[in-house]
Amino acid sequence: MHPAFSVIFLTTLIGVGQGLFLALFTGHLYSVIKVVPMSADPQTFYGLGSLVALVFLGGGLFASFFHLGHPERAWRSAARWRTSWLSREVIVLPGFMGMLTLYGLVQYTAWNPVLTNLGPIIVDLSMVVGVLATIMAFALFLCTAMIYACIKFLQEWASPLTVVNYTLLGTASGFTLATAFAAMYAPELVRFYGIWAIIITITALFTRIASLIRNSRIKHKSTLQSAIGVRHPKVVQKAQGSMGGSFNTREFFHGKSADFLKSIKWIFLVLVFPVPVLMIMMGLSSAAFATLLVAFAIQYVGLLAERWFFFAQANHPQNLYYQTI
Amino acid sequence: MTQLALVIDLNVCVGCHACVTSCKEWNTSGTAGSMSDDNPYGQDPTGTFFNRVQTFEVGTYPNTETVHFPKSCLHCEDPPCVPVCPTGASYKRAEDGIVLVDYDKCIGCKYCSWACPYGAREIDEHLKVMKKCTLCVDRIYDTALPETERKPACVLACPTSARLFGDVHDPESQVSVAIRENGGYQLLPEWGTNPANHYLPRRKTRITIHEDELERVDNPLKKERRQPRPGFDEPTLDDVTSW
Repeated sequence: MHPAFSVIFLTTLIGVGQGLFLALFTGHLYSVIKVVPMSADPQTFYGLGSLVALVFLGGGLFASFFHLGHPERAWRSAARWRTSWLSREVIVLPGFMGMLTLYGLVQYTAWNPVLTNLGPIIVDLSMVVGVLATIMAFALFLCTAMIYACIKFLQEWASPLTVVNYTLLGTASGFTLATAFAAMYAPELVRFYGIWAIIITITALFTRIASLIRNSRIKHKSTLQSAIGVRHPKVVQKAQGSMGGSFNTREFFHGKSADFLKSIKWIFLVLVFPVPVLMIMMGLSSAAFATLLVAFAIQYVGLLAERWFFFAQANHPQNLYYQTI
Repeated sequence: MTQLALVIDLNVCVGCHACVTSCKEWNTSGTAGSMSDDNPYGQDPTGTFFNRVQTFEVGTYPNTETVHFPKSCLHCEDPPCVPVCPTGASYKRAEDGIVLVDYDKCIGCKYCSWACPYGAREIDEHLKVMKKCTLCVDRIYDTALPETERKPACVLACPTSARLFGDVHDPESQVSVAIRENGGYQLLPEWGTNPANHYLPRRKTRITIHEDELERVDNPLKKERRQPRPGFDEPTLDDVTSW
């Protein structure tokens, strides 16, 4: 497939936003059950943190409009949520943003009535809103990934690993950003976030490599023979039905060399996983905001490469009808 | 239930592109708006087409065969492009099975083209909506036209009648008979899309003649034919007999 930068930015930016919120809420929950210390200034930390996550989500939403031929009709895309994962994403993304806004406001205004008590745990409004937002964050990961994983003949994508990787990579980048954010606003939580960021990043490394291995071994079901229905081992295309190319020759192939593809793979494998992990380790010892922020920036750039590779690697069966593109 | 479709006879198609040009002519002049082109008379012309003819060479020289392969939307009975559409712009008509795009609802997200394994959908780069074969839906029901002309433009244009049009769910229709009796097949059957359009394969007319059918072994004429003469260095009958 031809990687579209609008979609690359959409999926990576909302991944950061979702991951950052999940990090904030994990910290919130852990502090409620007193596993980690309560942040000294929860109003600023959770309130401002939610705002940062919201900015990332908004950036992703903004980028997505560049993918549309008719952005002014985008509102229509909520219509087919019964069948279309894209439609579901269109509903869940603003829904999550709304919940996140609510969570941020509850935290920032500290208007946080206690709703009930579960034994020693106090369930207040922020907790209920946070749980709902968490469900929506995971639902959004599911929707985003299933847009690609549900197309069964795009065999590189049609795998549960697609969902796992979107979830883990988004969460990893969010936790890395949360580590840097904590270095600025809640130094007592840096260690907590940093260790989680490292754990999730390393888990994502394993699942991403699993999908790379799976994809390198894929045997494509469709052949030129089944595409045109001629049973002969040697079929050569002589004409593609156009002179200056067509939508079909532009949209479904990345247009780069195999070496370029391979180099992008190694770039993302280095930038997303080992470099940020090392930098987080360095940053943890000194709680250095700058180091941790750079770790996030590098991981994000790596994720851009990862998403580019994800799209470029998928081999669409329509390319069988367009042998020279 | 009706399922309108095309049956394309690869045995007859000569690759003249008359279906391509007639399709473009009819549909670009229609009420649904033009089909944009870039550099139509320039060096690298490119544009929106509902139908394209591709050419394949099968086999190794000198045993090769050229297959011209017209390709348009196959109007799948289980179209994967329809459920993925977020707006409902892409839909399959219940009454005749034609898969259509509502150009006024399409947001141009291209997701349906990703979900079509055949590459049958093309975005209009200027109008920014997804376009595809409509089976000339604005023509086949037009009662202002004489009944013989209520067919897709490509079918009417084909000089070799390689394109048949009809209801593949009616077992006695021309298309159903052609599929049944001439080995009609579907493209990429492995994805379960169940395309309505079928293709008829290349067919060779052969008769099997055995050697004994050309030359009778027990031909009575042979019994009276001239006997072979002996060679010059072989003894003659006179030499081997003495009386």
